[in-house]
Order: sequence, then structure tokens, then C-alpha cells
Amino acid sequence: MELTAGSRWKSAVSETEIVVVRPGRGDHRLGCGGADMVPLGADGSDGGVDPALADPTLLGKRYEDEASGLEVLCSKGGDGTLTLDGRPLVVKSAKPLPSSD
Amino acid sequence: MDLNLLLTMAVSLDEDRVAVTGPDGRSLTTGQLQAAAAGAATLLGQASGTRVAFCDANGLAFPVTLFGSVSARLPFVPLNYRLADTQLGQIVSDDDASVASTEQAERLGRLGVRRILDAEGFVDAALGAAPAADETAIDLDDVAILLYTSGTTAAPKAVELRHRHLAAYVIGTVEFGSAGSDEAALLSVPPYHIAGVMNLLSNLYMGRRVVYLDNFDPELWLRVVREQSITHAMVVPTMLARIVAVLGDTPAAVPSLRTISYGGARMPTAVIETALRLFPDVAFANAYGLTETSSTVAVLGPDDHRLALDSKDPAVRARLGSAGLPLPGIEIEIRDEEGLPCSPGVGGDIYVRGEQVAGEDDGAGGTAGGWFATRDRGHVDEAGYVFVEGRADDTIIRGGENIAPDEIEDVLLAHDEVADCAVVGIDDAEWGQRIAAAVVLVPGAASAPEDIRSFVREQLRGSKTPDLVVVFDELPYTDTGKLLRRVVRDEITRSSV
Repeated sequence: MELTAGSRWKSAVSETEIVVVRPGRGDHRLGCGGADMVPLGADGSDGGVDPALADPTLLGKRYEDEASGLEVLCSKGGDGTLTLDGRPLVVKSAKPLPSSD
Repeated sequence: MDLNLLLTMAVSLDEDRVAVTGPDGRSLTTGQLQAAAAGAATLLGQASGTRVAFCDANGLAFPVTLFGSVSARLPFVPLNYRLADTQLGQIVSDDDASVASTEQAERLGRLGVRRILDAEGFVDAALGAAPAADETAIDLDDVAILLYTSGTTAAPKAVELRHRHLAAYVIGTVEFGSAGSDEAALLSVPPYHIAGVMNLLSNLYMGRRVVYLDNFDPELWLRVVREQSITHAMVVPTMLARIVAVLGDTPAAVPSLRTISYGGARMPTAVIETALRLFPDVAFANAYGLTETSSTVAVLGPDDHRLALDSKDPAVRARLGSAGLPLPGIEIEIRDEEGLPCSPGVGGDIYVRGEQVAGEDDGAGGTAGGWFATRDRGHVDEAGYVFVEGRADDTIIRGGENIAPDEIEDVLLAHDEVADCAVVGIDDAEWGQRIAAAVVLVPGAASAPEDIRSFVREQLRGSKTPDLVVVFDELPYTDTGKLLRRVVRDEITRSSV
């Protein structure tokens, strides 16, 4: 999958949408709810969310895969755990950032 | 993330949340802002300019025009309405732009702008227009905002801020939807200042209402903070100095206010020390950044402010005058004349690298490896705190010796009768440059220029003593508090010929 920075993907089996913030090293398969994500605008599948990968993905949260360095931002919340090659992505901690705004 | 998606996410979070409040008290929810942006895109498409400029004071038309431009896939260009005809004319003449303006409409027409949209009526016109439906993806390399630098040392320069730069700053510094429902930010920085642009984007993303002040006045600022229950405010140092001046010795009665952030120019130590006393419950943050770096790259946070104020350790106390530590994802390096990294405490040129940094491919400022030459001078202390000493272009080279104006200015400001000062280099056949000091004296001052020279000579070497001291009634500043050194230099050169 061409997980380039800024590319947008949606879950094939739920409402979830993400945007790639930081592409990871190497070629990987990004999934949500047990099915590969599809480019935004493409058709989904008729399948449902895999009950084993059914955690909700939350709007505005950042998810990362430490091994590859991939980071995505959830731009539309929905069902289904985000995965990279089947490994669940980890939500990035909402530590207070030193903002001046 | 592009700016369109940023707005869409804010709407998804809560379409009924108030996003922006104008100086007249009128507000738009996130949903209304999105609807207005979609309508504005139609109007801007009909106007058929290749860019969209905004040339008025702060108000609801600013966010509507900004997001309308994004929606229409046109670069948005905030213009400084206070520029003189010649400068503004230069910018708009080579620019096939539609310009949203009310106050400046007549003048812009005179300067040859053909597409002028009434800014005052633009919000309603946009809400009434059919929405444009451009579903094509936005390329993150597209220029979202074209912003002119303030041009204190040279002519204003256009900086191309792409969607990816702006998104990197927002995603890297604020957490989506993290603001409490009672939070409101007061924005008194003008719309053509990078801090004003980024503050809107950050607050929209975190879910904090933005309240616009159109023309800064310290009494009005204090009143709006109280009336609108403002929790966060952003000012430039001259604004804070004026707020502190109207308060006198009375602590500010602003119970809702939690933080004041400031930046954009050098903050006089006396002003920030007084402000810390008059706003005892407010957290202060000092931000350092440039237009080319999508605003802030280093922050001196609230704890550092109070720690520095209370510290007996001179090194910690000095941090009150620093820009704090680099933001996550930002690298700051100080380099010497050979381009090699300086040791802590040693001054040099400030270089910045990070995803939010634009101008990395700009021939003038860009360098190998994505490093951007800020053309600011500064140093970093042992703990990594960044101290900004001034613009490299302001460095005076007298007889081959590099002299930083701020070192002499600090000494001058310590003189009881000096209220304000600026030290500049004046061209000289013998020395290359001579040092000239423009000083503003306190009312009733008895010091003569020669007394002030002697005062400096007692504390600095002779080579750092101003060759010339000229008394000014006041010094020229931009409305965002930046000292116009080239104007000072020109005036002294003219008067000393």
C-alpha cells in the first residue's frame, strides 16, 4: 500500500477514516477492523468488523506503529482497531504539549 | 492533514460549538464557518482571481475568507493594511488577486486592484451563496497561505506556507479537541501576522473559541477579557507594555484569564517582571518563531517564567529573557561563521529544522539537510534554553569587530534617564561602520548625549561605546512591536550628514 504522507484512507468495513501523518519505513498493509483499508473514495466491502479487532478508532487521535515509524491521524471516528500488517497500532499519548496558542 | 480537513474535523467534533466571535460580538459555530467557507469558495471562484487577499482588521470575514480560499484551492494572502501606498501597491500590482476589504477598498481601487470584495458583507454573502463542491483532494504541497514578512531589515518578502507546514505545526503542538468548553482565546495580533493565522488554526483544532479584537487598546483588551470570559490571550510585547501601563500598581481583575502568550519582538525585562506581579494567577508563555517557520519553534513555558523570577541563580534568572526550549520535532542549532556548531553560551547564527519549517527550498534561506537560516543571532545555554539576540543584519561591524546592538542597548536601558533606545551601524569610510545610538529620554531628563556615552564607556569597552548618541522623541515601531532599525539608521544618517 502506498502509505504516503497526507494520503487518506477509509475502513472497508466501518465509518473510520484516517490520514497518514508520517509514512513508515518499508511496504505495509494498513487495516481497520480486520480488513485492509481502501483509498478514500473507493468502495468498501460487504464484510463486517472482525469482533477480535473491534475497538473504536477515535476522531483526532494519533495512532502509531513504533517498529516502522508510521503515524496516522483519525479524521473520522468509527469502529475497528487500526492495524499494520495485523499488529494493532498504539494511540499516541495525549501528553500536554508546550503550546503558545 | 490539509486545512479543509482541519475544519471538517472540528465540525465533526461539534458542529454547534461557537468557533469564532467577531469584535461586534457576532459569532459563528464550526458548522456555520464551514457553510460560509463553502459559499465563499463559490464567490471567490466567480471572482476568478488567482489568489485571495484579505486587507482589513480582524473580524469574522478573516476566517471565512481564509477557509473559503482553501475550499476554492486558491492561496490566501493576508495583507498589512497599514503599509504605505508604495509598499502595498508593489504587492498587489504584480498579483492577480481578489481582495476582501472594506476599510481599504477605495485605496486598493486607486492602486489598481480590479477584484474587490466587500469584507464587511462577505460573511452574509458567503452564507447566502450556493456551496462550491470541489471534492478533489488537496495536495499537501499546495500553498495554503502566502504571508509577507514584516520587513524590518529589508523589503517585505513573500513566504509560501504549504498545507503540510501548517498541519505539522498544528498536529505537533496541540491535541485535537482538548480544550474545555469554557475556553476562549482573545486574539489581538493583526490578521497578517503569522501568530494570528496559526492561533486561529490551533484553537479551531483544539476546540477553543477565538474572539477577535480589531484594533488593540489596553482598556478595551481588559474589558473584553472580562466580558467574554477569556481564558487565553496572545499579545506582542508592546501590547503587554501598554496593558501593564494602564494597570499601574493595581493587579488586573481578570479571574477567567489563565494564560498570556507573547512573542514577535524582544520583551523588555521590566515589562515581563511587572506583568508577572500584576497577573499573579496567569501563566505566561514566550514564543519564538518566524513567518518562515509557521510561527512558534521554541517556547518559554509558565513554570520557567515563575522559576526564573524567583531564582537566585543568575543563569536561571537570565532565562526570563530567553525563548525557552525547542518544540517537539524542532531542532535548533547555533552556528559560527564557518558553519560549525557553537558550544553552549557562544553566540552565532540560529538555524532551525523541522516539518513545519517553510523556506527549506528557498535559495536565500534554505541550506543543505533541511536547515533554515533564520538570520537571527543567538545562543543556547547549558540546559538548552534558546536566547535570541537580534537579527544578523543588525550586527554592526566596526573595524572588523562584530558588535551585537542588544548588548549596548541593555547598558543604555540601565541608565535612569533612558526610556527607550536603538543601536545601529552607520556607514563610515574609515571604520566600515560606526556605532550610533538613538535614545528616548524620560520626561525632564538632564543627561546630554556626552553623559550617556560616558555611562556606556564605564561598562563596555571603548570599541563598543556609541560614536554618536542622538536624542529621539520616540522610536519607530511596526504595529506588531518590531523596531524599525532601518528607519532609525536612515534618520541618523540624514541628520548627521
